[in-house]
Amino acid sequence: MNAIAPVGVNASAFLDRGDVTGNAQRQKAADFLRHVGLPRVGVEAWKYTSLRALADVPFTAAPHATDDKAVDTLLAEIETISGLGAGASRVVFVNGYFDAGRSRLPRGVRVSTLAAGTLPDDGIDPVGDVTTALNTVLARDGLDLVAPAGVDGGCLLLVSIGQTGEAEPVSFHPRHRIVVEKGGRLALLDASAGRGQYLHNPLYDIAVADEGYLSHARVQAEGRQAVHLAVSHARVAAGGVYDSFTLTLGASLSRHEVHAGLTQPGASVHVNGAQLLSGHQHGDLTSVITHAAPDCVSRQTIKNVLSDHARGVFQGKILVERIAQKTDGYQMNQALLLSDGAEIDAKPELEIYADDVKCSHGATVGALDDDQLFYLRSRGIPDTAARSILIRAFLHDVVDQIDDQRLKDSLNLAVEAWWTREVA
Amino acid sequence: MPAVAETRKTVETLGQNTYKWGFETDIEMDIAPKGLNEDTIRLISSRKKEPEWLLEWRLKAYRSWLEMREPTWAKVRHPPIDYQDVHYYAAPRRKPGPKSLEEVDPELLRTYEKLGIPLHEQAMLAGVEVPEGQEARAPVAVDAVFDSVSVATTFRKTLQEAGVIFCPISEAVQEHPELVRRYLGSVVPVTDNFYAALNAAVFTDGSFVFVPKGVRCPMELSTYFRINARNTGQFERTLIVVEDGASVSYLEGCTAPMRDENQLHAAVVELVAMEDASIKYSTVQNWYPGDENGKGGIYNFVTKRGACRGARSKISWTQVETGSAITWKYPSCILQGEGSVGEFYSVAVTNNHQQADTGTKMIHIGRNTRSTIIAKTISAGQSDSTYRGLVRMMPKASGSRNFTQCDSLLIGDRCGAHTVPYIESRNMSARVEHEATTSKISEDQLFYCRQRGLSEEDAVGLIVNGFCKDVLKELPMEFAVEAQKLLQISLEGSVG
Repeated sequence: MNAIAPVGVNASAFLDRGDVTGNAQRQKAADFLRHVGLPRVGVEAWKYTSLRALADVPFTAAPHATDDKAVDTLLAEIETISGLGAGASRVVFVNGYFDAGRSRLPRGVRVSTLAAGTLPDDGIDPVGDVTTALNTVLARDGLDLVAPAGVDGGCLLLVSIGQTGEAEPVSFHPRHRIVVEKGGRLALLDASAGRGQYLHNPLYDIAVADEGYLSHARVQAEGRQAVHLAVSHARVAAGGVYDSFTLTLGASLSRHEVHAGLTQPGASVHVNGAQLLSGHQHGDLTSVITHAAPDCVSRQTIKNVLSDHARGVFQGKILVERIAQKTDGYQMNQALLLSDGAEIDAKPELEIYADDVKCSHGATVGALDDDQLFYLRSRGIPDTAARSILIRAFLHDVVDQIDDQRLKDSLNLAVEAWWTREVA
Repeated sequence: MPAVAETRKTVETLGQNTYKWGFETDIEMDIAPKGLNEDTIRLISSRKKEPEWLLEWRLKAYRSWLEMREPTWAKVRHPPIDYQDVHYYAAPRRKPGPKSLEEVDPELLRTYEKLGIPLHEQAMLAGVEVPEGQEARAPVAVDAVFDSVSVATTFRKTLQEAGVIFCPISEAVQEHPELVRRYLGSVVPVTDNFYAALNAAVFTDGSFVFVPKGVRCPMELSTYFRINARNTGQFERTLIVVEDGASVSYLEGCTAPMRDENQLHAAVVELVAMEDASIKYSTVQNWYPGDENGKGGIYNFVTKRGACRGARSKISWTQVETGSAITWKYPSCILQGEGSVGEFYSVAVTNNHQQADTGTKMIHIGRNTRSTIIAKTISAGQSDSTYRGLVRMMPKASGSRNFTQCDSLLIGDRCGAHTVPYIESRNMSARVEHEATTSKISEDQLFYCRQRGLSEEDAVGLIVNGFCKDVLKELPMEFAVEAQKLLQISLEGSVG
């Protein structure tokens, strides 16, 4: 009900860097960004997250991977936390560029990277949303991963490290493509970390073919000065499964936008996640799940644990198109506020055009339950320990929904590590 | 699903000719020329013999309206509205009061008859001068807004004895300027939103209720709103102030003549509840929804808001929305007083090409405030219905609670049902719970009823009534009956 129409923040600092000549997609994205700017609060899709802060930081193009010792330290930390063991396959990106020296390429799956400076013709609408547009203008590299038909590609670690040290702020915009062919399987642990001031703006183009199976767990543990703007575009075909999870731990400002489309009957998608935020962190999980075919299933559970002055945002839409009869959609969103300065803003949305559907959503917001605390205290458990048990139980509930046991274990380790660092 | 297919067929065949209250009254009107500018506002103000401060207030609203844009976030579509193509003032020609019902314009009487107003109330509404000592008594007081001017108000005397003021707001401006000036625009400021600003600039009439300290209003207060003259926008302004420990129940019912042109309606309702006060505001809205092709129908862009200013005060909104081509309406509560309570119970039925974007806002400011939201949405035909609600816990709202339940029922595969809740909490001890479901009438339930000998129509009616029960039971007795009838009629045209 604002009297003044929202006007975005000038994005020219980014646009001036991108060479869009000769590429219609990039040109279109640049024109769009020039026109709408970087969103600030007031645009409905960005109701609770403003990118205004980006305009004040002079981000420059990130330099190529260096032989920085700090990168190896961060990489070792991630490897430990992942629990996948030394020697596990990994693909490493440093400052948005593929780092062949640090990667250990897997067998069974086909791995390549974007040819320098090209943009794949992936059919993603360059102007569908701001995060995608920004990536389209500036993408320079990215992973191109294919799990071939009928092959179990095992478990792969994808690492992104942002390292600026004391240098000036940089931004990098990798564009990853992950394809699971008919009947193929893949588990992908996708971790990002870094130090210094940088913007990580990855785009994931995900396609799961008939009867394919992709489990994709993201651990966003960027440096506390970083900004993380991720967007996933996933399409799932008949009988395929895309099981995704986003664990948000790092960055001062982060948003992960998921667009998942169920395009053929019998497809299923899970868009789960947890945001564990403290200090003045701002974390935004936004998703649009589109049921574009009958008999599809979508599941979503999002949990927020917010302390200090942290702000958690969840915007989740389930869109059921007219054709998508017999849809089964469920969405749950819960937030635990651990301090009076913390804030949660949630907008769980159902948009339904088919009548023979079963769709529901639920949301709860509050502090730890006094009755539950009392129950534990009355059994001789000290207050801190009792709180710890309840918060971890709250989180366990959602991590437990990850199908793949290896990824589930990794995520549990990541949550434990966060717990040890932040609380204990 | 043969049963459902059959139901759908019934839906399609019935169309919209079942709109029972589609009639038009032909009475001489005093109409201002089309268009909106400062002169129109000055004209309205002078016709109503308003004091200078009110004119200034209107002009301020008009000037800010000029700077505003129509909100676009709601899930409704309509051709652009030409605000200059509307008459902003229309009043029935005033004649000296008739001596008996025979002298009253028969057209007016016929309108009342169709509205189902009892004869003695008709006399009062038509302004028949009743001889001393013969005053009829009834449990409901009616303030009929016949187009833009309240033709008459009944039961004033009974209310006066209790100390309750219930009159057209234009009259309140003359007789109780200090009250009106103090509260008007205090809940919905003139700059609040596009339609509220428009209303503040050009409102013609509406109801004013003032219940003084400690008084329980002796009867239910009721207003019939009608939109009657062709092309006159209706801009009602209602203000209800309830002082410490007092209470009132207010009923608002709406019907409108059938016509082709879209009509704009932008009302503002403001409620103020002081310490321990309680206000129950019930609405049955059945304006012309347009024909089965989506032609015509009322645009209903309403701003309704209540302020629970005092501790332990309570405001309860109940609405049954079956009419209008487009509904844009979010009755809200600002829970300021400690321990204050806000409630919102809603049934919204859309059919054919109707669009409804409705819901509520619960703003929890004070400690230990509580709110409950129960919204039931039924979509049929090619209609779209959206629940849009905000629950906001402010930093000081410690110990506050909200419970929200939104259920949608889809009838047919060409309609849409949407749920858009906004949940914002900035207090750790506040609790918010929200749940929403969307489904169709279950085959099992239908089968169960049919098995026990109910016809399909009756079965669907029964299930839908059960679906809405939580809301309907909140309506006052007089209204519950009308609402159930209304639902039945809407169902006739929608499910069988």
